[in-house]
Amino acid sequence: MKKLALIFSSMVSVILLASCGTNASGSGSAEDYPSESITYSIPFDPGGQSDVEARRQQPYLEESLGQDILIQYKPGGGGSVGWSELINKDPDGHFISGINIPHIILQPLANDDTGYQTEDIVPVAIFQATPIGIAVSEDSNIESLEDLVKKAKESPGSITVAGSGTYSGHHIASLQLEHLAGIDMQYVPFDGAAPSIQAFLGGTTDVIFGNSSDLIKYQDDMKILAIGSEETFKPMPDVPTFKELGYDMTPAIDRGVAVPPGTNQEVIKTLEKSFLDILDEEGVKEEMYNEGFQPKQMGHEESMEYIEKKTKEYSRIFEMLKVTCNDLNQSNETPLDKIPLLWNYQKGCRTWRVQECLRLYRKY
Amino acid sequence: MLETLPEVLNSLTQPLNIILLCTGVLAGIIVGALPGLTATMALALLLPFTFTMESDTSLITMGGLYIGGIYGGCISAILINTPGTPSAIATTFDGYPMTKKGQASKALTAAAISSGIGGIIGGLALLFLTPVLAGWALNFGPPEYFWVAVLGLTMISTLSSGSMLKGLIGGCIGLLLGTVGISPVGGESRYTFGFSQLQSGLELIVILIAFFCIPEVISMIENKVKSQKSVRREKGIVKTLFFNIIKKPFFIIRSSFIGIITGIIPGAGGNVASLLSYDAAVRFSKDKKSFGKGNVDGVVAAETSNNAEVGGSLVPLLSLGIPGAPPAAIILGALMMQGITPGPNLMSQQSGLVYTFLIAFVIANVVLIIFGLMGSRYIGKVLSIPVSYLAPSIVFLTIIGSYAIRNNFLDIALLIGFGLLAYVMKNAGFNPAPIVLGLILGPIAERGLAQSMLLGEAAGNVWGYFFSRPISIVLIILCALSILLPVLGNLFAAKNEDSQERMGA
Repeated sequence: MKKLALIFSSMVSVILLASCGTNASGSGSAEDYPSESITYSIPFDPGGQSDVEARRQQPYLEESLGQDILIQYKPGGGGSVGWSELINKDPDGHFISGINIPHIILQPLANDDTGYQTEDIVPVAIFQATPIGIAVSEDSNIESLEDLVKKAKESPGSITVAGSGTYSGHHIASLQLEHLAGIDMQYVPFDGAAPSIQAFLGGTTDVIFGNSSDLIKYQDDMKILAIGSEETFKPMPDVPTFKELGYDMTPAIDRGVAVPPGTNQEVIKTLEKSFLDILDEEGVKEEMYNEGFQPKQMGHEESMEYIEKKTKEYSRIFEMLKVTCNDLNQSNETPLDKIPLLWNYQKGCRTWRVQECLRLYRKY
Repeated sequence: MLETLPEVLNSLTQPLNIILLCTGVLAGIIVGALPGLTATMALALLLPFTFTMESDTSLITMGGLYIGGIYGGCISAILINTPGTPSAIATTFDGYPMTKKGQASKALTAAAISSGIGGIIGGLALLFLTPVLAGWALNFGPPEYFWVAVLGLTMISTLSSGSMLKGLIGGCIGLLLGTVGISPVGGESRYTFGFSQLQSGLELIVILIAFFCIPEVISMIENKVKSQKSVRREKGIVKTLFFNIIKKPFFIIRSSFIGIITGIIPGAGGNVASLLSYDAAVRFSKDKKSFGKGNVDGVVAAETSNNAEVGGSLVPLLSLGIPGAPPAAIILGALMMQGITPGPNLMSQQSGLVYTFLIAFVIANVVLIIFGLMGSRYIGKVLSIPVSYLAPSIVFLTIIGSYAIRNNFLDIALLIGFGLLAYVMKNAGFNPAPIVLGLILGPIAERGLAQSMLLGEAAGNVWGYFFSRPISIVLIILCALSILLPVLGNLFAAKNEDSQERMGA
């Protein structure tokens, strides 16, 4: 037993040592910022779109800020693990994190234990976006969004849609389209963009919602019916926007960078300038377009307003879902007791489950 | 392919590329051997250094690191029962018992040879069969994922040494642990107890270390395991083992095939490959009882397939731009930083680069065998370190490793908590393998089930969707065989004994 005690004391001491390391950091005032290396946290796996952007920025940031930029990955929970860490860090500007919109808006709406609230996250800048597009297979007989809507109306619920995640940008885009076009499709969530593309290319689903940077890679294998940008998306000049086709929606994933709440305005200014200046460097915008990204140049204030506007927009969508949910609850068309599991999943994906409707209702 | 030959040769004969290829393999082996540090992590660390490299150099280095990392995992699996990477789970089943018998260097040598051979077969498949295999990968939909996971779960019967009931209970515990986090379809968080860090689920590597390594270290401290002062050195062991392995081409090809196929399927990695291959090795063996007690074939089966899986996981990456495994995702990132967008056109647009990479991949496996054989002579010496130094060092390394995976302190708490639980369970006669199996396969099965139900519902025929697709049917038959054969075998054996007894009487 003595030896057992020994091993645990050694475990404990290691933990204590490790935690000392994190507490020691976080000194320095706003004037001499940045006084030490900056940790740039990516709340996703390496190799993704956020990582690609951060790696592009890294040398420019090191140049303009005069400090090392350390990129750290904190994947999990579709980003929520990294963002919960961000809001609890010292607000001295030496820990910054990539953010994605609508993720930071939708996650707190969807679950109680997300670990952060949208307003806790202080955006510094938004620098990149991937409009969300809708596509069908190259050999599909659907030629346009109108065709798709017509087909969906003929056989409600039979068209399958692949996308990445539940309560994600793709999921909401699919729900928005269903609402605006008055159709009913079957959204199937996959565990990320890559598996959803694989399923779509393999013919598992009829339709896919995907980020522009992914769609552009496979444009020879698919017909992109519409794209979520405000105006014609430069890398896809022939693809109409949802708005042009009469659907008032601009689904997109915006990427930016944020600091913990309570960060000094001067620090935010310094970071804001460094990040936004990168886009004016020669060749950066072209590179982004080539990869299927939309460059954006929104500063701190503008990003705050943008997130606020988007939060309102998504809350409206949730409001709308709530109504659908209540309708379903009142009508007895779904045989609840028949196949409980199926029902549960179906409702969880297509609309909100009753409890969640009630919870949301209390929230607003 | 031939027209790119000059470019390929030119690139591969550059001294820098050769040096970096070898360095990559060596660094991968070291990182892979450290519990908690995975091939994925090593590649992520390497990523920034590749920006300044030429695109061929960066790919060659990353390929070497990936291969080395997957192999390196077997070293700690064999020596201290801790899979250095999840791919090495199955290597512990027979590798560690071999170490206990004093055959550590034999196990390491076998692992090095079979890893290399598996890797080369995987590389050749990648080189010649990519277009064919890529098309096959696309036919793998949600119902197939579900059935593959079910097939994997039938392995509990092989893995629960001793009591089948305890194996099944362990499997259920594993399935339950697999439900922690945000549910794959539906999006609600489950069993997080308010810890937002748990939203992404339990980290496999932490659970692996907790269940395999911690109980072993505690036993070590309790003096149940004596430090092995002398690791037996057998002369001519390399030659004998090499010919032993070569003599069983069917065995090697089966293991590699399982590895390649599993690699192609995105979402199922080297861990699933090595488990399936180990299971097959046990089932087809004439001497089933010797597995789990230090049968070198168990090590060979696991190591051949997890290295063949590396080649498989690059198939969808090179042909479709879809990474088949997390390390492949980082290689994709590296390509993007080089301004190359992997997609369906990569093979035609960058054929020189792709073939350079593929041939370097095969060469890296040869380098791996050389390093592995050189290392296996000396690395077994780790075990002659006295327990009073060895045990704290292992604990220290595992704690650092668990933290490093996600920079998350909760993971250390989970490691200690589950480690103690594992120790108690081990003493109660529970084998850790079925628990880990449940944890790995549970989420794959759940996702496959839920997605298939949604798709089947849309098609108007849920049952048909599960039971009518060709690959599904094959998998269902395999599941049925896997469950029924041992039962029938037992019945048959019992009858035989009966009749023999009667004859004797």
